[in-house]
Amino acid sequence: MSTPAIVIAGCCAITAAIKAVGPVALGGRELPTWFTSVVILLSPALLAALVATQAFAQGDHLALDADTAGVAAGGLVIWRTGSIIACVVLAAAVTAAVRAL
Amino acid sequence: MEAGFSPLAAIVFSAIVFAGSAQFASISIVGAGGGAGAAVAAATLMNSRFLPMSAAVGPSFSGGPLKRAAKGQTVVDASWAMSSRGDGTFDEHLLIGASAIAYAMCVSGTAVGAIWGDKLGDPSSFGLDAIFPAFFFGLLLNELRSRRARGVAALGAAIALVLVPITPPGVPVLVASLASLVGLSRRARAEVLERQEAEGEPR
Repeated sequence: MSTPAIVIAGCCAITAAIKAVGPVALGGRELPTWFTSVVILLSPALLAALVATQAFAQGDHLALDADTAGVAAGGLVIWRTGSIIACVVLAAAVTAAVRAL
Repeated sequence: MEAGFSPLAAIVFSAIVFAGSAQFASISIVGAGGGAGAAVAAATLMNSRFLPMSAAVGPSFSGGPLKRAAKGQTVVDASWAMSSRGDGTFDEHLLIGASAIAYAMCVSGTAVGAIWGDKLGDPSSFGLDAIFPAFFFGLLLNELRSRRARGVAALGAAIALVLVPITPPGVPVLVASLASLVGLSRRARAEVLERQEAEGEPR
């Protein structure tokens, strides 16, 4: 097998296992209160981490760059107007504009 | 095509793995001359954040184990966050529907890039890389209704940023998910119980 084929097969198998483990182990169960309480807070924790790492980091170092400005502009728009479409479009436009400078 | 991935292999990769950041991580390692083992390990770390997501949606899925395992494959960042009802449960139909749309866009986007990428130029010159974090930002604002949620978001972001320079990609976001353990506090649990009783759903 070629290296790309091995990488694709390996990534598929492991990703599928990661995504299956929760539903198989916990599916259809009654939620204990502590589990519900943690799951409610999982969205803010994960979303904030995703936004922070994508907006403020390049690979393994922290960096303020064009996409930082774009995401900040998008955040301002959704906070003021509530429109997710306007937020995403402006974020891309500002990022592209700053990058073109 | 970079890294010895043919256009077809890149499209197949998208169609099956369906997680952009993990694809890029593993392809760049192969491109830099790293082995298949290192590439798969890097992709596994990038996708490790799906572990807490998968555990969170698990109880909301109906059907037998095989069916639930198949539904679990639709978990991706955006649709996972969108399908959260905010009470610890998830709307499985919304999750699967949103993922189906994202899936079609992801695979077709990869096909366009793999076949005509040379003529289109660098997608980052259109600012396309800002779309996902901006979208996540929008979803995040929706989640920040309580003071506790705002604190957890700040903690999650701080953990991730501290870890970026010192851990491999993927680890910062996985460890940041531990900020949600604030939910184990007595007051957080008491509020959940209170709300469930108010909604007349004794569990």
